[in-house]
Amino acid sequence: MEGTFFCIQYSAAKQFFVCHSAQIAIVMAHTNLPEKTKLENEKEPIPEEDAKPENAERREFMIKAGSVCLGGAVAIPPIAAGIAVLMDPLRRKQGDADFTRVTLLDALTEDGTPKKFTIYADKQDAWNKFPNTAIGAIYLCRKSDGKIDAFNVVCPHLGCAVVFRESERDYYCPCHNSAFDLETGTQAPDSPSARGLDSLEVKVENEGEVWVKFQNFQPGIADKKAIV
Amino acid sequence: MKALLGWLDRRTGYKKIVNEILFENIPGGPRWRYIWGSALTFCIFVQFATGIMLWMAYSPSSQTAWESVYFIQEEMNAGWLLRGIHHYAAQLMTVLLILHLMQVVIDKAYTAPREVNYWFGLGLLFLVMALSLTGYLLPWDQKGYWATKVATNMVAITPVIGESLQKIVIGGADYGHHTLTRFFALHAGVLPGLLILLIVAHIYLFRRHGIKAKKPFRRADTPFWPEQVFRDIVAALAVMAAILALVLWFGGAHLSAPADPAERYPARPDWYFMFLFQFLKYFKGEGVLWGGIYIPAFIVGLLFLMPFIGRWKQGHRFNLIFLYTLLGGFVYLTYIAYAKDAKDGEFQFAQEQARKDAERIRVLAKAPAGIPQGGATSLLRSDPYTQGPKIFADKCASCHAYGGMDGLGRELKEPPSAPDLKGVGSREWLAGFVDPDQIATAKYFGGTHFVDRDGGNQSRMVEYVMGLRDLSPRGQEELAKVVAAVSAQAELKSQKELDEADSDLIQEGSDLFWDGITGVDEACIDCHGWDGEESSESRTPDLTGWMSREYMIEFIKNPEHPRFYGSGNDRMPAYGEEGTLTVQQIGLVVDWLRGEWYEPVDELMP
Repeated sequence: MEGTFFCIQYSAAKQFFVCHSAQIAIVMAHTNLPEKTKLENEKEPIPEEDAKPENAERREFMIKAGSVCLGGAVAIPPIAAGIAVLMDPLRRKQGDADFTRVTLLDALTEDGTPKKFTIYADKQDAWNKFPNTAIGAIYLCRKSDGKIDAFNVVCPHLGCAVVFRESERDYYCPCHNSAFDLETGTQAPDSPSARGLDSLEVKVENEGEVWVKFQNFQPGIADKKAIV
Repeated sequence: MKALLGWLDRRTGYKKIVNEILFENIPGGPRWRYIWGSALTFCIFVQFATGIMLWMAYSPSSQTAWESVYFIQEEMNAGWLLRGIHHYAAQLMTVLLILHLMQVVIDKAYTAPREVNYWFGLGLLFLVMALSLTGYLLPWDQKGYWATKVATNMVAITPVIGESLQKIVIGGADYGHHTLTRFFALHAGVLPGLLILLIVAHIYLFRRHGIKAKKPFRRADTPFWPEQVFRDIVAALAVMAAILALVLWFGGAHLSAPADPAERYPARPDWYFMFLFQFLKYFKGEGVLWGGIYIPAFIVGLLFLMPFIGRWKQGHRFNLIFLYTLLGGFVYLTYIAYAKDAKDGEFQFAQEQARKDAERIRVLAKAPAGIPQGGATSLLRSDPYTQGPKIFADKCASCHAYGGMDGLGRELKEPPSAPDLKGVGSREWLAGFVDPDQIATAKYFGGTHFVDRDGGNQSRMVEYVMGLRDLSPRGQEELAKVVAAVSAQAELKSQKELDEADSDLIQEGSDLFWDGITGVDEACIDCHGWDGEESSESRTPDLTGWMSREYMIEFIKNPEHPRFYGSGNDRMPAYGEEGTLTVQQIGLVVDWLRGEWYEPVDELMP
């Protein structure tokens, strides 16, 4: 069945070529146009076989179908390759976040005033590797019970950076006015943010070194979802 | 010539096209109110011409984008003018597009048979907005970086596909090289391509349906050429004059400091998106979806449906009211946003800092060392003049003052409880320190436990200085010599010439350090280390190399080191040992306190 289809296709293509090659030759011969060309009237007589209505119809259908199929097929390689490259970022994962040494326990006062720390780590940006570069910042806050809170400074609303406001004793985002509780990081009732500040895992190791698992999270949604 | 044109016409039929373009009939004659389309076409021409030239000098990557734009702006022939024209023509185009849309709706030119053309027009409006948005990021400066970050975070809140869509748009999980390459491809390739297509289609349909003539006609019909063309060209002239006026008024397009993810910046979009910025503040929680996506999409949908709504009896009136409301809302929200910012002290302060950074980076980029291979971000990051006060305000100003302020020129949140460090190391600073009237003030040891120790006792140093009150004139003179000698240890840039000139006096002062001042029982050496000799007491600082760069760095790293205060330290944290500051950060704040940063040499000096 498939073979027959290709046979028909082949004969149709052959007919097309035979039929039009004469025209092409004429066009080529007339590149140097006289003032008034009679190109329109110089068609060769149509072969008898092609003139039969059912043959002409079938041939036309095959050519149409062939054009659509081939036209679609030839466009696939460049478009597919293009889309594959365009989608490349989806394939790249950042990998699991690691704990980073941030400071010493002694640097954190126990009065509940947060301190801001820049997080340094190796960063891969497409073709470049930036060793030990600033990749983000956190607020660390040591409570009187010894517990340490760590918050990513990125506002969970739309991704600006929050600041600690001494006057209000809260965290505040200067973009769309989200405010967050100093103790818990939860958003103030009239804040546009969908969730509280993103807390990070903290551990104290090697006699008083504060280590934080630094991660960024998807802004704008109520769920805390790590960007991977 | 005629024969040649005839030859060309037989092969191309250009005469017919030119005829159609130039001699299109304008019912009722030429009018000034028909100029908007041409004015916009002119703007687009300006954007293509200037955009392609900018393209020839621009390099999209996170280490070269800002740098190449800086080079265009500051170094290349008329670069500031080219960039200025491109920037302000974009702004003007937004205004003209809105006016054009208003006119089309007011004149009811969006109804049959012109619906499709109206849609093309709307499409053009959104394309121009997309061009503005993508163009805003390309200089990779703080302003564009942070504003666009908010915009692309809004992409991420799109239900279901948001996260993946955002990754595709910004080329990864975070901003970087591929964000720029993508935005540039959109800004200079995809969007202008679509723009051309839509403009050709828009003008073709406009010609097909003819102009929507305003009645009553004042004159007989005329062809497009020359009278309407003349009016259109005058309009283009006015547009160009407006663009140039804006460029000259603002001194070209602004370029803020290079994008730095670690440096806070008050993110604000350009004026035409400020309404959306303000609008987003009103939506709580996941309502941001409504403010950022659903409502804007609904408005856009309604705009597209206007031709159909206009068919109903009151439809046109509805459309007009809707459009006026939209415009009113746009103006109102924009006004509110700016008014709030004007009153927001924190924002104004942050913006002032950003302005200073933008100014400073120009100085550094023009320095003989130039912009390093890794890009200009490192210039500001390693500049004591920029970073010193920021680190000081952040880490030191909770106890120390700098000239009574927090280093960045703000009032202190609490009265200072440790010495004011402006001019630290200088003779003037030290002379104040050994002044009995000053040592116990807030400027020096007033807030420390050296003054009020263990229930009112003073430290030995404070007692010593208090004892200098009745010093003889000779003693005063000797004290000044000791001050000069100790201060010379700092090797301050600002005192270099003075120290060199006073070398004899400094030597005398050094001797007096050992021998003591006339009329005073104790000599400095009795407590402090000097000239290589270590301190005899572990709780008093060694003054060899006092306030030199190395001394200050080591001191800030750990003031409890035996070389400094040992167990006598008041509350000063060991910033280096605790890891609160890196050695580089300590170096930056020390260099700033010592007044050592790059300053351009005045070119007028011989």
